[in-house]
Amino acid sequence: MRKLRKLAGLASAFLGASASTAQASYGLLNMREGVTETSQSVYDLHMTIFLVCCAIGVVVFGAMLYSIVNHRKSKGAVAAQFHESTTMEILWTIVPIVILVSMAIPATSTLLAMEDSSDADMTIKVTGIQWKWKYDYVDGDGAGVSILSSLHPKLNEARQLGANADLSQFDDHYLLDVDNPLVIPTGKKVRFLITAADVIHSWWVPDLGWKKDAIPGFVNESWTKVDQPGVYRGQCAELCGKDHGFMPIVVIAKAPEDYAKWVAEQHGAAAAEAASADREWGKDELIAKGQQVYTTNCASCHQPTGQGLPGAFPALAGSAIATGDPAAHINTVLNGKPGTAMAAYGALLSDADIAAVISYERNSWGNDAGVVQPAAIKAAR
Amino acid sequence: MSTATATHDDHHDHGPAKGLMRWVTTTNHKDIGTLYLLLALVNFFIGGAMAMVIRAELFQPGMQIVDPQFFNSMTTVHALVMIFGAVMPAFTGLANWLIPMMIGAPDMALPRLNNFSFWILPFAFTLLLSTFFMNGGGPAAGWTIYPPLVLQMGDGFPFMIFAIHLAGISSIMGSINVVVTILNMRAPGMTLMKMPLFVWTWLITAYLLIATMPVLAGAVTMLLTDKFAATSFFSAAGGGDPVMYQHIFWFFGHPEVYILILPAFGVVSAIVPTFARKPLFGYSSMVYATASIAFLSFIVWAHHMFTVGMPVVGELFFMYATMMIAVPTGVKVFNWVSTMWKGSMTFETPMLFAIGFIIMFTIGGFSGLMLAIAPSDFQYHDTYFVVAHFHYVLVTGAIYSIMAATYYWLPKWTGNMYDEKLGKMHFWLSTVSVNVLFFPQHFLGLAGMPRRIPDYAVQFADWNMISSIGGFVFGVSQLLFAYVVIKTIRGGEKATDQVWEGAHGLEWTLPSPPPYHTFTEAPQVK
Repeated sequence: MRKLRKLAGLASAFLGASASTAQASYGLLNMREGVTETSQSVYDLHMTIFLVCCAIGVVVFGAMLYSIVNHRKSKGAVAAQFHESTTMEILWTIVPIVILVSMAIPATSTLLAMEDSSDADMTIKVTGIQWKWKYDYVDGDGAGVSILSSLHPKLNEARQLGANADLSQFDDHYLLDVDNPLVIPTGKKVRFLITAADVIHSWWVPDLGWKKDAIPGFVNESWTKVDQPGVYRGQCAELCGKDHGFMPIVVIAKAPEDYAKWVAEQHGAAAAEAASADREWGKDELIAKGQQVYTTNCASCHQPTGQGLPGAFPALAGSAIATGDPAAHINTVLNGKPGTAMAAYGALLSDADIAAVISYERNSWGNDAGVVQPAAIKAAR
Repeated sequence: MSTATATHDDHHDHGPAKGLMRWVTTTNHKDIGTLYLLLALVNFFIGGAMAMVIRAELFQPGMQIVDPQFFNSMTTVHALVMIFGAVMPAFTGLANWLIPMMIGAPDMALPRLNNFSFWILPFAFTLLLSTFFMNGGGPAAGWTIYPPLVLQMGDGFPFMIFAIHLAGISSIMGSINVVVTILNMRAPGMTLMKMPLFVWTWLITAYLLIATMPVLAGAVTMLLTDKFAATSFFSAAGGGDPVMYQHIFWFFGHPEVYILILPAFGVVSAIVPTFARKPLFGYSSMVYATASIAFLSFIVWAHHMFTVGMPVVGELFFMYATMMIAVPTGVKVFNWVSTMWKGSMTFETPMLFAIGFIIMFTIGGFSGLMLAIAPSDFQYHDTYFVVAHFHYVLVTGAIYSIMAATYYWLPKWTGNMYDEKLGKMHFWLSTVSVNVLFFPQHFLGLAGMPRRIPDYAVQFADWNMISSIGGFVFGVSQLLFAYVVIKTIRGGEKATDQVWEGAHGLEWTLPSPPPYHTFTEAPQVK
């Protein structure tokens, strides 16, 4: 298998000249060692077991190959008639058991360390939503900070261009960049509480060394401690519907002082956002903001044209809800539709965002049903 | 028999009825075996066409050919069709053809049930495929149909559930037939421990099916009532538990994995001794190993769910239990190698496929062992590493054994030798391309590519392209297989009754092709 890996490496060298820069940064043949103690011990475990398998493979396939070369009729081999040997049977039962036990010991200690999320310095709640991630900082300086993290708008645009998209401009970040990344401090044990709002997702950043399912109605625990500042990318690993392939994760680890600066910025932005809900907005202003919100959150199902996808996702153009009583429209966006992919955006977006997107939907694609003010959303919550 | 009445004679000595009704009303195990194998071949190409769509979309990064929702239904239905429509019916077809001939029985014990269990299947798969034409499209939540995602499916949902029910009912009936036949209809002297291993592995497989298919039926029925009857078995909002579905599903699903591979062990255990001209090294240890694997298959299900957040004690238990499976599986591989050792080997197509099976199934076994290690599985889980793993055990494992079996017994069934040159060409084309197809997927998974995604980051582009090229060649190579089979059915060099120099067993004592009814008088087995 090692030889095969080498061969494969060679093959990639021939074929991959064009993408060589991208390859160099992503370790194309093997598991990533990652940036945490956990990911390192997972990597070591992986390599140990891989090499043990290779050794067994060499012995078993070697014996087989020897036999295939030498014990063939065309070489005049006459079949021996031996069979049944209790000694052999016992031997090839005991030896594998010994090998397995020697594998199980390091596996057990790694597992116990990974599952111990006690004594964390801070806690972040991760919520999987079709098809984005929400991060709520539960305690510490960041308490109250809330981030909605979706596929980066540029990538979202590119992936809908089909064969016309020029993906080379994104280097190796195509589909792996978000609008609002998760930021954590270095050198701290960060505990994640992982859950989901609709269907099952799985939160995975290879460099951290694990993935954990995000399950509606359940809270899973995991943790990480990153020492090196940097940007670490991953994506949803559990099939979660149409845009499962388009819900990346970006974690930025910042030195504590940079992290503190970032937290302060977030608090400031949140305050400004809250204040904006109290003032009266102009129609153009609402619709312009609404279009952005729509593109990020709504367009993948209801489509940029507002036509939806027949049978799966309803059209908004000319729909009863988007042209009728605003209260019903507000209710649908705030509370979602259980049993469908329509999320309860009340928990995800600010009053101004929701008012803007509703206004946009009521004034696009031939709809003409007036605007909704942020104050109306605040009242309806 | 010769003194019987004319009608009686008609029943025994004349061939089958003419025309289409022969196939609709047949209760003959050979006819039904042929029907099963034919259905499997058709489904193999339907599922294969879906695999071609998947590999074509993944040929390059970016979305070029299909939309993401359709891509998801391709991966979902590809798996459902291949598992329930190709591999399982193919093994049932082999069982129908071979078990009566191997144990010296005139037919299956329950011939009408046999007819019924086959004829349900075409309807099941028509229902499943018809969902593509319904509002909302085909199933797209993966073959494991996890809630809550699957509950978002459109109008096709109940049709998919009903299709799974029908396929399950068919499997249960087919398995009851196998068990009853093996336990009651063996020729005098054919004790259990004298049965060919193919019969043994099928006996155990049949018990696995009878034990687990009702569990799947229960799980999908609960999905149905969650969707339409306002129950909340799997909805946390109503007090249910989405993870419970996964436990129930995999309690079926892991034994199912062995349902797909145990008969393959039986096939390989028949072929290797024939072409090594040497008895199987350890017959009884092979039987015990099969039984151990079957037992272990019931206590390892949660290794498919290491990332759902089980208590650490649960994770340890399922890790240890899963690692244990390597022991009986190792016993099997060592036995096959020891059978080859100091044999007098020739390498006709069935032997090539059997050797290909042993090597590549073992590679799949190695990655299986790696996946059993829970901490590493937190990285491997739901990536292309898993995709590579289960395609090594299912394509180069289960399907290779079915191909081996086809080449091995086709001369017996048809009376004609297949074209050896084309058979070998099929083997080498398949083997080179299948490794180009699946080996790079190990790298993709390790490098971080999740499974079931229609588009990927550009650093995964090279291996995906190589994998797709392998996929296209492998796909086209299987047309050669269909050609060889059809050519052999239509004619060719006449096969002897023995067919293979080193073959042993009752089926080889019959003429090639065997008459419509065989062993109407039981042979004596010494």
